[in-house]
Amino acid sequence: MTHTISVLLENEFGVLARVSGLFSGRGFNIESLTVAPTLDPSVSRMTIVTSGDDAILEQITKQLNKLIDVIKVIDFTGQDFVQREMALVKVAADEGTRAEILRIADIFRAKIVDVTPRSYTVEVTGAPSKVAAMIELVRPLGIKEIVRSGPIVMGRGA
Amino acid sequence: MKMTGSQILLECLKLEGVDMVFGYPGGAVINIYDDLAKSSIHHILPRHEQAAIHAADGLARATGKVGVAIATSGPGATNTITGLATAYMDSIPMVVITGQVPTSLIGNDAFQEADIVGITRPCTKHNYLVRDVRTLAETIKKAFYIARTGRPGPVLIDIPKDVQVAQTDFVYPETVELRGYKPNFSANPRQVDKALKMILDARRPLIYAGGGVTAANASALLQDVAELAQIPVTTTLMGMADMPRKHPLCLGMLGMHGTYYANMAVTQCDLLIAVGARFDDRVTGKVDAFAPHAKIIHIDIDPTSIKKNVRVDLPIVGDVRDVLSKLHGSMVQQSESVKAFAEGNSPWLEVIEGWRAAHPMAYRSSESIIKPQQVIQSLCEMADEDAIITTEVGQHQMWTAQFYDFKQPRTFLTSGGLGTMGFGLPAALGAQAAYPDRQVIDISGDGSFQMNSQELATLVQYRLPVKIAILNNNFLGMVRQWQQLFFDKCYSQTCLSSPIDFVKLAEAYGAAGLRAERPDEIQDVIRQAFAIDGPVIMEFKVAREENVLPMVPAGVGLDKMILL
Ligand SMILES: Cc1ncc(C[n+]2csc(CCOP(=O)(O)OP(=O)(O)O)c2C)c(N)n1
Repeated sequence: MTHTISVLLENEFGVLARVSGLFSGRGFNIESLTVAPTLDPSVSRMTIVTSGDDAILEQITKQLNKLIDVIKVIDFTGQDFVQREMALVKVAADEGTRAEILRIADIFRAKIVDVTPRSYTVEVTGAPSKVAAMIELVRPLGIKEIVRSGPIVMGRGA
Repeated sequence: MKMTGSQILLECLKLEGVDMVFGYPGGAVINIYDDLAKSSIHHILPRHEQAAIHAADGLARATGKVGVAIATSGPGATNTITGLATAYMDSIPMVVITGQVPTSLIGNDAFQEADIVGITRPCTKHNYLVRDVRTLAETIKKAFYIARTGRPGPVLIDIPKDVQVAQTDFVYPETVELRGYKPNFSANPRQVDKALKMILDARRPLIYAGGGVTAANASALLQDVAELAQIPVTTTLMGMADMPRKHPLCLGMLGMHGTYYANMAVTQCDLLIAVGARFDDRVTGKVDAFAPHAKIIHIDIDPTSIKKNVRVDLPIVGDVRDVLSKLHGSMVQQSESVKAFAEGNSPWLEVIEGWRAAHPMAYRSSESIIKPQQVIQSLCEMADEDAIITTEVGQHQMWTAQFYDFKQPRTFLTSGGLGTMGFGLPAALGAQAAYPDRQVIDISGDGSFQMNSQELATLVQYRLPVKIAILNNNFLGMVRQWQQLFFDKCYSQTCLSSPIDFVKLAEAYGAAGLRAERPDEIQDVIRQAFAIDGPVIMEFKVAREENVLPMVPAGVGLDKMILL
């Protein structure tokens, strides 16, 4: 099962290596990982999407907590949260497909952020499933390149 | 007052109560060594950085204090890795200082540069690269705090050369602020009450005690709890000295080379109380067949140890000392039911005694050839009560665990988790430096001895009277045993055929050397060695193809032992 874990950690030299080393050293999966400073610049937030059964997730959470630089670990699974991901998708565009790309982008409230005679670059934001759905729709038109940010999450409510 | 980084380092060490360090100089720590020469801190120079770390580790294991070692950048730093990994696996508190190239050169492949913080990340509890002298004192304070609290472990501090010479005002912080590190010392009393209830409901209880008991200095409490409720105790290699072997409730070691009665007790018990132990695979054998009839209570300060390898019915996170004292307190409060429970345990204790009588720890003795087990027994009989025993890794280590009757905590220093050959001699050096007046004996194999034999020079230089007992079988015996049992006796690369004259080797270093070739010479050699006021090698020519038994082969349950 896929889990999205949010980790608050000291914004120190080498913390990313500590976390990624923990995952590789213990054979845990990382499907995606994003990291950036928080409101408090001395703290970074890492959002990790990982998978495994309950026992593995329990170990992942405990092992993360054991790192000295980790301040807090939240597993959002089973909680109410907002999850968003961004993707930039470069789609082959010609006379016959330009209108179709625009139509799909419109349905997903995506934006065209770069245009060349042979391609459109579409920026789409939303739940990872929405991003994936848009990618599937444009795939038959010819995708040249995709960059996905990996999801970020925030708990709902005050 | 302005001080340089290296002066600050030494001042901090003093404030942390460190009076002895082990280290090896080099360009990137030359400033520290200059200040050390003028400092009151006693420095010992082992002949290899690995040995410096093991020596600091030996001191830490013997005393419970934080061991401190120093190495230069590059090769000096990389030579510390095995020592750090050894201490990390066994949760030994240490602070290791490495020199680093100047900050301006970091990342440039400078001469003797190694990314030691990167390399040691997975084998230290934590590590630091100090980039600014103004953070040095605070970093050292944190390092000692992290090393000795919670589940202890080694912490490395990498100090670039320019930080060692830079100056700043020295202030040693009084407290440590680490928002991400809050070890949970105090156990939840409700969990402890539940534990007592589970104990009182059990019919065949067993305590399984590990190195966490040593780390928490809880040996006496462990015995109190066991005695009050009449619960038998089996220990891991790491917890061995916390339960006196001759104690009627002591079953010795469990696991791959555990006693028959301890392994049978694990397999038959209906309640297993794990105290500061982590269900290592050498302990459990096949996990599904481990304690199959038992509910499991797991007491440990490290939450990651709990439910890592086995299912647990009641986890108790906390300092072993705190948990055991709370448990003991509740037992005293409910003394009536505990007394009834203790009496009710006698049928179970009788069953165990039956196993003990059927298969006691034994070996086939010989009139003509020295059996290694006999040497261990003689050492045990003739050594002082408080003698500190270290070992290397291999058959001799397991025979020591099986046949030496440990009496006091912190008297058995052995590399349990990593199984590091070459650990015992430098660890003995460190223990002897900490306790100049106690007997310190390294029980070694001829293979392991050669991994750090250069430390004979250090023993002689500092007049450290460590006694080294080499059980010489001319084999890498433990590997040979596996090859005999599981690889059709194909002794691939395990025969150490070139004969070494260990007596002459000792003499070449200025130590004494003695040799026993027949069983009737064992005691004489030990007596003479103990009478010499200096380091001695005792070489025992032992039966070459003796095996360590019982043995649980890989992949089966603990009750499927190969017996004598
Ligand atoms: C540094 C290191 N290398 C290899 C091993 C694998 N190993 C485990 S026991 C052993 C043999 C040890 O031989 P010796 O020290 O002579 O002791 P004996 O088993 O003969 O008592 C070896 C090679 C190890 N534990 N440590």
